[in-house]
Amino acid sequence: MNPSNAPAVSIQGRDCWLPILQLATEEVFELMLAYSLQVPAELPSEQNLDITAMVGLAGQLCGILSLRCSTKSAGHMASRMLGIDAEKAGPEMWDAVGEICNMVAGNFKNKINGLGDGCMLSVPTVITGTEYSLHAAVNDEMHTVLLFEGDPVVISLEVHN
Amino acid sequence: MDNICALIVDDSSVMRKIVERSLRQAGLSIAQVLEAGNGVEALAAVQKNKIDLILCDINMPVMDGLEFVKQLATMEIAKGIPVVMITTEGSEGHVVQALSAGARGYIRKPFTPDQVKEHVLPVLEGKR
Repeated sequence: MNPSNAPAVSIQGRDCWLPILQLATEEVFELMLAYSLQVPAELPSEQNLDITAMVGLAGQLCGILSLRCSTKSAGHMASRMLGIDAEKAGPEMWDAVGEICNMVAGNFKNKINGLGDGCMLSVPTVITGTEYSLHAAVNDEMHTVLLFEGDPVVISLEVHN
Repeated sequence: MDNICALIVDDSSVMRKIVERSLRQAGLSIAQVLEAGNGVEALAAVQKNKIDLILCDINMPVMDGLEFVKQLATMEIAKGIPVVMITTEGSEGHVVQALSAGARGYIRKPFTPDQVKEHVLPVLEGKR
């Protein structure tokens, strides 16, 4: 699988963004982790998703793209990226999840006409734990749940403008 | 080119390791890999070492990749060192900016080892 570069969706066509977000996520996992994410037959529980990676978007699209997963999944992602033992992944797992989120954000925006040059990405931030609240003036929100080694990975895009 | 010294510039240590692994999988003969977490660290590494190839991210704290390439171009000691950008910022505008600043190649994340090979080998062989 190669990332498909031809932007087919416009910045105005937000109704079509969700499948693009899903495709961008699948491509990153396929290319960087050699793993094909699955679409769950039914929505899994989002409990125990105690790692949240976030990348800010600014410019023609303002918002936050986030990736949530469990510590176990994060360890396995780091393991696949670095060839290390998943149980021994320490700070690498936060770095790995942050980079995956960063690549999903970049891959997503490069698929939307007009966002490639018109939208900047922040460096990723990673939060551990579940007891937090995020407050932002959200105008639009979309999220997709995919399965990584049987456990959920939630990708969300909050649009602020 | 055999036994090259490569400098990998990325604020993510995970990405630095992945880029190094991709270089080795591409079949390059690598004697040494140096790492830097931002443009300032990379400029210091260039001044202290004989480097044959630089692979550089764009979005980094302290000094980003585009500014690093611009400053590198002004350093006599860095003349002729090829720089290949590896970044999520894959738009045409970013590619033009990077190439105008002095980069010789551009790889979009996510990438495969084959893509690294495809972009790095011609640069090392002086074909770009």
